[in-house]
Order: sequence, then C-alpha cells, then structure tokens
Amino acid sequence: MNVEALPIDGHDLQALRRAYPQVFARPRGTRFRRAAILLGIALFVVFCFWRIGFFDLARFIAGLGRLGLILGLMVPPTPAGALLEMVNGIFETLAMALLGTTIAALAAVPIGMLAAKNVIPGWLLHFSLRRALDGIRGIDALIWALIFVHVVGLGPFAGILALAVSDTGTLSKLYAEAIENVNPKPIEGLRATGANRLQVMRFAILPQVFPVMLSNALYFFESNTRSATILGIVGAGGIGLQLSDRIRLNAWDEAAFIILIILATVTLIDLLSARIQRRFIVSAGRRG
Amino acid sequence: MTVEPRPPRPTDPVPAFEAARREMNRRRRQQNLLFAAIFLSAIIASLYVGEVRLGVLLEGLPNLLDYIRQTMPELHRASLPQDLASWYWALPRWLGLLGDTVVMAFTGTLLGAIGGFVLCFPASRNLAPNATVHFACRRLLEFARTVPELVSALVFVYAFGIGPLAGVLAIALHTVGALGKLFAEVNENADEHSLQGVRAAGGNWLQAIRFAIVPQVLPNFLSYALLRFEINVRAASVIGFVGAGGIGQELLLVIRQFIYPDISAIVLLIILAVSVIDISCERLRHGVIGKEALI
Repeated sequence: MNVEALPIDGHDLQALRRAYPQVFARPRGTRFRRAAILLGIALFVVFCFWRIGFFDLARFIAGLGRLGLILGLMVPPTPAGALLEMVNGIFETLAMALLGTTIAALAAVPIGMLAAKNVIPGWLLHFSLRRALDGIRGIDALIWALIFVHVVGLGPFAGILALAVSDTGTLSKLYAEAIENVNPKPIEGLRATGANRLQVMRFAILPQVFPVMLSNALYFFESNTRSATILGIVGAGGIGLQLSDRIRLNAWDEAAFIILIILATVTLIDLLSARIQRRFIVSAGRRG
Repeated sequence: MTVEPRPPRPTDPVPAFEAARREMNRRRRQQNLLFAAIFLSAIIASLYVGEVRLGVLLEGLPNLLDYIRQTMPELHRASLPQDLASWYWALPRWLGLLGDTVVMAFTGTLLGAIGGFVLCFPASRNLAPNATVHFACRRLLEFARTVPELVSALVFVYAFGIGPLAGVLAIALHTVGALGKLFAEVNENADEHSLQGVRAAGGNWLQAIRFAIVPQVLPNFLSYALLRFEINVRAASVIGFVGAGGIGQELLLVIRQFIYPDISAIVLLIILAVSVIDISCERLRHGVIGKEALI
C-alpha cells in the first residue's frame, strides 16, 4: 500500500501546530522537568570536580609537569640488575593467582549448591547464605589481603588466602545462579527413576553446570593475575611489593620495567586462557 | 533427474564407527590426562613458590577468629543506643569520606566514559578511518586497561600529591581502557544499514557516527557505564590505600593501628554503600535497557 504525501503549505502547518501542540513539541511540564534534571546533573558534576580538586589549576598544572618528569625518568626501562628478583616476583604473582582461584573454585562448588534455590528447599539457608556471600563480595581483595597479612604474616600466602576468600564469594554466587538456570528435565527424569538427591546432583545438574563453572574459574584466574600484581602493595607477596618499593625510592626506570613485565604477563595469561577456553571448555560444553 | 546408486560400502559401518569412537575417547582421555598433569605440576610449583605452609595457616586460624572477634563491637541490649553511638563514634567523618569515595568513582567513571566514547569509534573495526588509527587506538585502550588502577594511582599520587585527584585520574585511566573496548564491541555489532544510508546521503565520518551509530549504541553505552560505576565504587574504596583519597585511607589507618571496632564499622559502611549502589544501578540499568527494547 502506497501512502502519498499530502501537500502541506506553511498556513496548514501553522494551523496543525495550533491544533496539536503536543505533536510538535514536548509539553511544557516535560520540558521543564528535563531541563531541571539536566541542570541538577550539571551542578552535581561541577560539585564533584570541585570536590576532587580539578579547579585548583595551579596544583593540577604542577602535577602534570611532575607527571611529565616521571614519564621522562621512566625511559628507558631497566631492570638494574634485579631481573632475577623481578622474575621471582612475577612467578609468585602467578602462583598466588593460580592457588587462590583453585581454592575458590573448589570451595564454591558446595557453597554454590547450598545457595541454589532448586537444590535446597526452604528460603532461610538460601537467603542467609546469599547475603553472607554479598557481604564477602562487597569487601575488596585488597582489604582481605590486609587482614590476612595480620593472620599469617607478610608474604604470598596472605595474598593466596585473600584471593581465595574474595573469589569464593563471587564464584559461589555465579555457580548458584548457573545451578538455578539448569534445564529441569534431566532432574525430573532421574527423579522418576528413583535417584536420590546426590545422584540427581551428580548426573543431572553437574554435567550441565560444569562447563559454566570451568569457564568462570578460568576467567577469574585471568582477573586474579591482574589483582595479584597489586596485592604486594599491602605486603601480600608478588611483584606489587617490588613495584611500590621502586616508586617509593624514585627508581622510575626500574618501576617502568616492572610495569612492562606486568603488562607482558597479563597479556600472556589472557592469550593462554583464551586458548584453553577454546580447546577445553568448548569441547566440554558440547559433551555436556 | 536420475539418482546415482550409492557405491557399495567397503566394510560394515558399525565396527568402523566403534573403532573410531574408541580412538576418539582414547585421545580425549590422553588429552585430559595431559591437562591434569600440567595443572597438578603448576599447583605443586605454586605451593612451593607461594610459600604455602599449612602449619602457618593452622597456627594463624585461631588468630583470624580472634581478629574477627576483636573487631566485633560490644553491644548490650540494655545500652544499645549508646553502644552503637560509641561503635560509630566518627560516623559524620566516615560518611563524608564515603561520600568522597562515591564522588571519586562517579567523576572517574564520567571522565573515563568520555575518553572511552572518543576513542571507541576509531577503535572499532567497522568505523576506523584507516588501519593505522585503528591499531593505535586498540593498543592505547589495551594499555589503559592492563595497567592496574593501584599502580597508576601510585604514580599519580607522586605527581599530584596525596588526595582524591590522583585516585580519580587512576580510575579514569583504567575506565577509558575498559569502557573503550566494550563500547567498540557494541559499535561493531551495530546495524550497518543506517551507516550506509548516511554515507549514501553524502554524510562525512562525523555525521555518520553522530546520526547512524550513536542513536543505536547510546543505551548500551549507558548501561556499560553504569556497570563500570559499580565496579569503580569498589575500586575507589581501596584506592586510598596508596594515599589516593576516599574511605580507604581511613580504613588502612585503623587496620594498621589495630583500632579493632573501627575496622568492622568502616567495612560494614563500605559493604552497605556498595550494596545500595549496586541495587540502584541495577534498577537504572534495567530502565535503560528497557527503553532500548522499546526503540
């Protein structure tokens, strides 16, 4: 069906405008509200910038000058004879990420099951566990690291525990959600054959959620490698301790070298994890 | 049309299939074993490098419980209001610092989103003016994303002095990288027809982006920026550990000085703030995405 455009001249347009003002412009109330909201946001942004100190131009410009100076001192990055120590630090970082993720991924399986609605009937356990997990997730790994440094002393072990605890919170939640989203048909099928709760878990739920769990764990290993590089700043082992030391001592060329090592390691782990993801998890997913 | 007769089968297919399946299973088992061996040796090496000593943990475990117990405030039913007041004795100051933390996260997200918005168009495959610009923008975003916030915060604290400015800049830098990449992915998935339409009508690069891409991607951009804001609130709560402002600075102080009840008070405040912001952002995000669905 063709719709032909009606010829409209200026006079018609004006008449239409008078007759149907709301078609041509938003009603005054809406316009006013929009303007007020925009003004409010703008004022808030200005307040934020003022509060942060962007309006202290002299300080800002002096800071930019110092930043330029630092960047100049960073070139060329040199290990300055501490290469072995740095490599050791990066291995420590990787070890922390691997162990932290592994512990969390293992601990999160039973906790995730307990926190899933379709596994545990009744809301009390499920609800309180979920809230506890939310609480654990609300605390950054760095805070956990500070706490564990007090418990087991300085060193990578504190970092491992910090990563393990903070990831257990997140992974348990993700696992619980994965378990709640499984296809219920296989569960019903197994129940119909007289399987008990554990058997349902093993043969109906686990095969469906295992690929999701593995892929999440892998993703967390990746992100933990990034986190583990900085835990050393509070004394929890890894390359971060050396980096913050170099910065405190104004050894900017060595600091730049450590940053480059961190960048290379993180990129390498990303590539590796992408390969494992493709090779291992896709095939596991197909099987499941 | 004639159908050619199928050539006769050389062997019975069932045993051939079974043999192939056995072979496949065997190879898969081998591969899994190899993976397990690599994984296990990595774990053992990590146990050594990571200085994991179960003795230390077992020794420390009572310490941990003790630590947690000591951070618990003394609350009695009879004098609950007074106890709460003495637990949160510095509430106004802490709320101010918490407000600063949220302001830092907001400003960092805003600056980062602006930077990511500017860089995402040349960084997406379908919009880049040429290969060199595309490559350069991609690498720039990658760099900004990979440097941990705390590391850049350390550098910025040195340049701009102790205070929230350094933290905001560090958060903004990281956010440029993280959001720029996500924005570019949204652009690459955008509908190309409107782009072709604007180009056919003689629109230049800027006009094509303004009128063909931005209207499509803006709701997704907004949703990602809100998600990033949630992440940045968490980041801002600890960036003070290196002197970059916010509540983290205060938390580090009370942990270092063993002011136990204050630790739990501040940590609870942080958890509360993070949850409130998570919940409200989730609402807003659903609103934004819902609008997009209507369009």
